[in-house]
Amino acid sequence: MSLDNKQVKEIAYLAKLSVDDSQLEQSTEELNNILNLMEELGEIETGDIEPMAHPLHMSQRLREDEVSEGDLSKEFQKIAPKTGKSHFLVPTVIE
Amino acid sequence: MMHKLSITELSKGLKNKDFSSVELTKHYLDRIAVSELNSYITVTDELALSQAKDADLKIAKGKGTILTGIPYAHKDIFCTKGVKTSAGSKMLDSFISPYDATITEKFNNENMVMLGKTNMDEFAMGSSNENSYYGPVKNPWDQKRVPGGSSGGSAAAVAARIAPFATGTDTGGSIRQPASLCGITGIKPTYGRISRYGMIAYASSLDQAGPLTQTAEDAAIVLNSMSGFDDKDSTSATKETPDYTKNLGNSIKGLKIGLPREFFSEGLESDVEKVIMQSISEFEAMGAEVHEVSLPNSAYAIPTYYIVAPCECSSNLSRFDGVRYGYRCDDPKDLNDLYLRSRSEGFGDEVKRRIMIGTYALSAGYYDAYYLKAQKVRHLISEDFKKAFKSVDVIMGPVSPTTAFEIGTVKDSVSMYLADIYTLSANLAGLPGMSIPAGFSNNLPVGLQLIGNHWSEETLLNVAHQFQLQTNWHSQLPVEP
Repeated sequence: MSLDNKQVKEIAYLAKLSVDDSQLEQSTEELNNILNLMEELGEIETGDIEPMAHPLHMSQRLREDEVSEGDLSKEFQKIAPKTGKSHFLVPTVIE
Repeated sequence: MMHKLSITELSKGLKNKDFSSVELTKHYLDRIAVSELNSYITVTDELALSQAKDADLKIAKGKGTILTGIPYAHKDIFCTKGVKTSAGSKMLDSFISPYDATITEKFNNENMVMLGKTNMDEFAMGSSNENSYYGPVKNPWDQKRVPGGSSGGSAAAVAARIAPFATGTDTGGSIRQPASLCGITGIKPTYGRISRYGMIAYASSLDQAGPLTQTAEDAAIVLNSMSGFDDKDSTSATKETPDYTKNLGNSIKGLKIGLPREFFSEGLESDVEKVIMQSISEFEAMGAEVHEVSLPNSAYAIPTYYIVAPCECSSNLSRFDGVRYGYRCDDPKDLNDLYLRSRSEGFGDEVKRRIMIGTYALSAGYYDAYYLKAQKVRHLISEDFKKAFKSVDVIMGPVSPTTAFEIGTVKDSVSMYLADIYTLSANLAGLPGMSIPAGFSNNLPVGLQLIGNHWSEETLLNVAHQFQLQTNWHSQLPVEP
């Protein structure tokens, strides 16, 4: 499988990244080189092998849904680029 | 000459009042001030001196632990309350963490002294420290060369003795490879041994923290402090932590060492191989037995890792959107523009590349061919180790196929990825791995890799310590400029 420039633009958009037109050709080539390396996996027969999502085959530990820390909203707002009274500000979405 | 002392020796010195923690801290800060390695992103001198004062008070009262008053360098991937935590990225250049990582908290509880935050490849993605927003780190053995990565700043700082020890993280070799290239000791424990809470995530099923130290004994001491169950990390292991220093003195007579034939294949520099084989002979002389083992799927560790890790990173790094913290572009015209430009301007090239690969591999229609396939092969790689550990106690081989290369000479990503061949599989299988100084090739350090079965850190540290009692590679220092 090999990507063309148009696909690279689409992937970038999905990843919320932009690829400059002047760099597009080079990005496509780099990504294709990496994908070529991935193709090696096609050599292995993996039919009914269980996929391994956790290195120790452990399942996710759950906990009670309880408040463990107090309200830290002020602390978290302090490090945000732009905030309102009790919220984070972004450009207007709905007029 | 305090900087030539190990943690055990420093701790004794503090206890005997040969020097105070403040004196020790000042000594290191003076050394950092004249260092040209670029190994620190932030030096926290004021904080360090106040922590040292507190430590001295505690020591004067006869309280504290073996690590009280000991300075250290913290990889800039661990959150530190009130101190910039950048992960080597422009994205987090202005990020002052509002909370401490569990490791930071543990170190604070022991009254240890943080000298600063160390340089690293951006978000721990890299094997040379050249992917840092803050510029490359220089290898103290030859300043034209890389220190390895991603914990390059930590490794260089310990090798140059501008920190007695440092923290690191290892997702595909990021503790072991820089430890090898800088001639120091580093251990990545079993997945789940050390809390990942407050450790900025790259690939969550692979990321694991560990210490970079001068000796195996020091590594055991620091590992004691770092390890243990943490309720705040859902993948933290509940398994009890032993005292890693307890069995360091055990004899390794009869130890079964496995040499995987796949680790001695083409691509391994012959001088590196020579050093590795000499250290294996040393182990034989100490009474260990050497057996050949096979890890038939190890060549596939590269494509497997470079699918799994980017997939996880594309998901983990979606949190950096310019809204709640981190970099935001100027004058976004709408929300989409805010996302696109904040991320494109905030991330470096390699990070973007891995996010793109991950996004593609996880997208509809390609998931089975890439991610699912890689997870199946990951299982095969893990099974290879399981089989091997039925007949041997520890697996040994090189950490890296070469010694440190010159800054700027490896230009394409694929060539850089290929050099990770010997370290990736331990992460994929969640196994503990270690690098210890084994000798030199053209005056550049070569590390020997030790891989153990799950939860066998005690064995690795014991084996490494016994080797260090017989050899002096770990106590050799680079020439200071």
